[in-house]
Amino acid sequence: MIKGGRLVALFVQMAVVAGIISLGYLLFINTQANLEARNIASGFGFFSVEAGLPISNTLLPYTPADTYGYAFLLGTLNTLYVAFLGIITATIIGVFIGVARVSSNWLVAKLAEIYVEILRNIPLLLILFFTYGVVLTSLPGPRASLIPFPGCFFNNRGLYLPRPLFQDGFGFVVLAFAVAVVLSGVISKWAGKCRDRTGISIPSGWIGIAAVIGLPLVTYIALGRPLTWEVAALKGFNFKGGIVLRPEFSALMIGLVLYTAAFIGENVRSGIQSVDAGQIDAAKSFGVGRGIVMRRIILPQALRVIIPATTNDYTSLVKNSSLAVAIGYPDMVSVGGTIIGQNDQAIEIIGLWMAVYLAINLFVSAIMNWINSNVAIVER
Amino acid sequence: MSSLGSSAGTDALIFKPMPDLPAPRTTVGVIGWLRANLFNGWFNSLLTILALVFLWKTVPPFFSWAVFDAVWSGGSGACPPGQEGACWAFVFNKFRVLMVGLYPVDQLWRPILCGMMFVLLAAVSIFHLMDVKKVVVLWCVLPFPGFLLINGGFGLAVIDQSLWGGLMLSLGLATIGILISLPLGILLALGRYSNFTLIKALCVGVIEPIRGVPLITILFMASVMMPLFLPVGMEINNLLRVQIGIILFSSAYMAEVVRGGLQAIPVGQFDAAKSIGLNYWKTTALVVLPQALRHVIPSLIGRCIALFKDTSLVIIVGLLDFLGMVKASAQDPEWLGHDAEAYVFCALIYWIICLSMSRYGRSLERSRQQD
Amino acid sequence: MSDMARKPKEETTEPQEGMIQLIGVHKWFGNFHVLKDINLTVLKGECIVICGPSGSGKSTLIRCINRLEEHQQGKIINDGVELTRDLKKKSKIRSEVGMVFQSFNLFPHLTILENLTFAPIWVRKTPRAEAEKIAMQHLERVHIPEQAGKYPGQLSGGQQQRVAIARCLCMNPKIMLFDEPTSALDPEMIKEVLDVMVELATEGITMICVTHEMGFARTVADRIIFMDKGEIVEENKPSEFFDNPRWDRTRLFLKQIL
Repeated sequence: MIKGGRLVALFVQMAVVAGIISLGYLLFINTQANLEARNIASGFGFFSVEAGLPISNTLLPYTPADTYGYAFLLGTLNTLYVAFLGIITATIIGVFIGVARVSSNWLVAKLAEIYVEILRNIPLLLILFFTYGVVLTSLPGPRASLIPFPGCFFNNRGLYLPRPLFQDGFGFVVLAFAVAVVLSGVISKWAGKCRDRTGISIPSGWIGIAAVIGLPLVTYIALGRPLTWEVAALKGFNFKGGIVLRPEFSALMIGLVLYTAAFIGENVRSGIQSVDAGQIDAAKSFGVGRGIVMRRIILPQALRVIIPATTNDYTSLVKNSSLAVAIGYPDMVSVGGTIIGQNDQAIEIIGLWMAVYLAINLFVSAIMNWINSNVAIVER
Repeated sequence: MSSLGSSAGTDALIFKPMPDLPAPRTTVGVIGWLRANLFNGWFNSLLTILALVFLWKTVPPFFSWAVFDAVWSGGSGACPPGQEGACWAFVFNKFRVLMVGLYPVDQLWRPILCGMMFVLLAAVSIFHLMDVKKVVVLWCVLPFPGFLLINGGFGLAVIDQSLWGGLMLSLGLATIGILISLPLGILLALGRYSNFTLIKALCVGVIEPIRGVPLITILFMASVMMPLFLPVGMEINNLLRVQIGIILFSSAYMAEVVRGGLQAIPVGQFDAAKSIGLNYWKTTALVVLPQALRHVIPSLIGRCIALFKDTSLVIIVGLLDFLGMVKASAQDPEWLGHDAEAYVFCALIYWIICLSMSRYGRSLERSRQQD
Repeated sequence: MSDMARKPKEETTEPQEGMIQLIGVHKWFGNFHVLKDINLTVLKGECIVICGPSGSGKSTLIRCINRLEEHQQGKIINDGVELTRDLKKKSKIRSEVGMVFQSFNLFPHLTILENLTFAPIWVRKTPRAEAEKIAMQHLERVHIPEQAGKYPGQLSGGQQQRVAIARCLCMNPKIMLFDEPTSALDPEMIKEVLDVMVELATEGITMICVTHEMGFARTVADRIIFMDKGEIVEENKPSEFFDNPRWDRTRLFLKQIL
C-alpha cells in the first residue's frame, strides 16, 4: 500500500489524534453538563435499587421486589438462552433447506428456493410481528386448546408442555448417556483403525446412534423408570403446572430460526455447489458409493465455504435477538430499555449492552474459528 | 457417383448422415420430465407426494382467503367480523397513510412528485438507460430536491418531521443512508487498509464495535444518548438522530465489504500506479477504488437490501416508517382484526422492492462479467 | 448405394473377458439425438482411438460405457454384463473400468497418495498399508513417486494427469477410458502424458481414447473410429484410416487437423 513520506505520515496521524481527543473532550464536557441539567445520576448504583418491574418469561424466579441489577441479569440470561437455542435450531433447519435446494427432486428444490427467496427479502421484524400478532393470537383460548400430542396444550396463552420430574436414579440415566457418547467416539476411532488395517468397514455411525439411544434407555428401564411428568391442567380459566413457552418467546424463536435458517441454507447450498462436479464424476467412475462421496469428498470441501459464512449468520442471530423488545419478550435490550425509561441512565445501560453483545459475538466467532481450523483443508 | 475402390486417388464416398430420430416418448415431454425430476427412485417419489400434499393443504386455502373470498372495496363496515376472506378494503382505505404517514392531505402532491422522481431514477438505473457514472451522480443529487419537496422552505410550506412516515420515510432513510454511508465506509476501509498505525487502529476501533452490536443499540444510542453529547439546550430532532445512527451503522458494514474488494486487488496495480507518478489520492480514486468496488458489487447490493430492511427497526425508537404505519393502522378501532391483511401487504411491498434490488445487483454482475 | 457402403450391424459372437459391445445404441439429451445407432465391439487388449469434431458425441459415448450417462435404446455389454438400471452392477462395473478426464478431477483436499488410495480403500476394502504400497508402485510406473505427499494444486498439469492415470491403475481396471486427456495441457506437458499412455497400450490394457493426438493414434491404436454428429462414420486400421479414408467427411476432417 502506498506510504506517505514519514514526516507527513507522522504529522497526519498526530493531527487526527489531536482532533479525536479534542472531540472526545468536548463530548465529555457536554455530557457532564447535560446530565447535571437533567438530574440524571451516574454510575451503576441503580443496580441495587428495587426494580418494581413486572417481568414474565424468566429463567430464574423473579419478583418485582428484586433489584434492577437482578432484572438486567435475567434479561441477559434470556438473550443467551435465545441465542443458544436459536443457533442450534436454525442450523438444523438451515442444513435441511440447503440440502433441499440442491436436491434432484425439482419440487423439493423449488419449494426450498421459494422459502429462501421470501424470507430473505422481508424484514425480520415483520416476521416477528406477523407470528406474534397474527399466528399466535389466532390460537384458541385455554378452554379450546389444540392438543398436538397428549399432555401438550397449544393456545393463545402459550405452549404448555409436561414438566419432567426427575427422581432418584435419573442421574444414572444421564451418566449412561454421557458414557454412550464417549463410547461412540471411541468406537468410531477404533473402526477407522480397523478399516486401515483390514479394509473392513464397520458401521460405527449406526452403532454410535444405537448406543446413544439404547444405553440410557436400558438404564432407565432397569432402574424402574425414574421419571414422571407434571402435566399442565386447566384450572379455572388458565392452565397451571407443566412447562410453559409463552407466545413472546415462541414468536421470537420461530421468527429468528426461520429467518436465519434461510441464510444458513443459502450458505450450505453454495458450499455444496462449490465442489466441482468433475470430482463427483471421478468418484462415481470408480464405483464409490453416494454416501462416501458425500462424506469424504463433498462435505470436507463444502465446509470450508460454509463455516466462515455461517459464523456471520450466527452473530447476526445473536444481534437480531434484540428485536425481542418489539414483541415484549424480556431480553437484555427489552429490560434495559425499560430501565432507561425509568431512570434515564442511558449511558450505563447502552454501554453494558455493547459490552455483552461484543463478548457473545467474540465467543461465537472464537468457537467457529476453532471449528474452522479443525475441518479446514490444508491450503497448499 | 460413388465408387468402392480403395486406392488413394479415387473419390471418397459421400456420407449420408442418419436423420435425427425423435426421442422415446417416456423420456421427453411432460412424462419424461416428471420421471427425471419428480419420480426418479422411491425416495424422490415419496418426497414428491409429501410436497404435493403440503401444497394442497396450504395453497388453495390461501388463495380463497386472499382472492376469492376477499372484499376489495368499501368503508369500515365492509368487513364484518367473522368474515372469511381478506379485507383488502382496509388496505386501500389506509393506503395514503401507509405511503406517506401523517403528511397533510393538501400537500400530497409533494411526496407524489418526489416519489415519481425516485421511480424514474430507479427505472433508469434498472434498465441501464444511462451511463453508470451519470446514474450515480443523479442519485447523489436526488436527495436535495427530494428533501426540499418533502420538508419545505423556499416558498413551500414547511411540514414538521413528526408528520413524515410510511413508505416514504423508509425509502428516504434508506436512500440517504446508502448515499452517505458508502463514501464513509470507503474512507473507513481505506483507513483500515493503510499503513498509518494510528489511523488503522482508529478505523478498526470504529468498525468492529459497531459490527458487533445490534442496530437497536445504535438507534438507542443515537436517539437517547446523542442529546447528552450536544451542548446544553441544543436540540436536534429525532428523525435526524435516527438517520445519523443508521448512517453510522451502515458505514461499518460497507467498510468491511469495501475492504474485501481492496484485498482482492493485485499488488502489481499499486506498483504500476506509482511508476507512472500518481500520488496516493489519485491512485486510490482512479485505480484502486474502481476495481475494488466492481469486485464487490453483489455484496454492496446485499448491504443496501439489508439497510432497507433494517429501517423497519425505527419503530422501536418512535418513528412510524412503513412497517410502523402498518402496525399502527391495524390498531385503528374502526378496522380491528385485520392484522393479517396489513402484514401480508407490507411483506409484499418489501419483497418486491428487495427482490428488484437483488435482481438489479445480479444484472450488474452479469454485465460486469461481459466486459 | 450408400446403404451398401455402410458397415452392416454386427451381431456378436460369445462375449469374451474385457470386451465391450455396443449394439444399436441411441441416446438423446432431451430431444437432441446425440448418439445414433452406435455399433462397436472392442476386444480385450485393443487400443481404440475415437476422433471427430466437437459435438460429435465422442465423450458421451465413452461416458455411456461406464454408465456416467445412460443410453435410452440399444444394448451396451461391458465385460459380459449388460448395463441396465441395476445399481449393484453399476458399482462393480465401474470399479473395473478406469476413466481419465480432460480436467484431471483429482480430489484437491487429499494428498496424491490419498487420492490414489481412496478408491481401493472405499470400494475394494483394501487395508491402508497394502493400498499405499500399490499406490507407490503405480506412482513409480508414471514416473513421479516423489510427489506422493503433495497436494494436486502443487503439481503441474502434466503431473496431475499422470497422477490421474495412476489413480485409475490402482484399481487394476480391465478397461481404461480416456476422455481427451491432453486437451487441457500445455504443449510441453502433452508428451509426458502420451508417453505413459503408450506404455499402457504396449502392456496390453484395453484402452478407448477420445483424443485429437493423431501421432499417438498412428503409433499405438489398433483401430481408429471417426465420429461425426453422433454417428460412427468410419472405422479402420490407422494405416488405412490416414492414407485411404473412405468417406468424404473423414477426408474433410483429416484435412483440417493434419
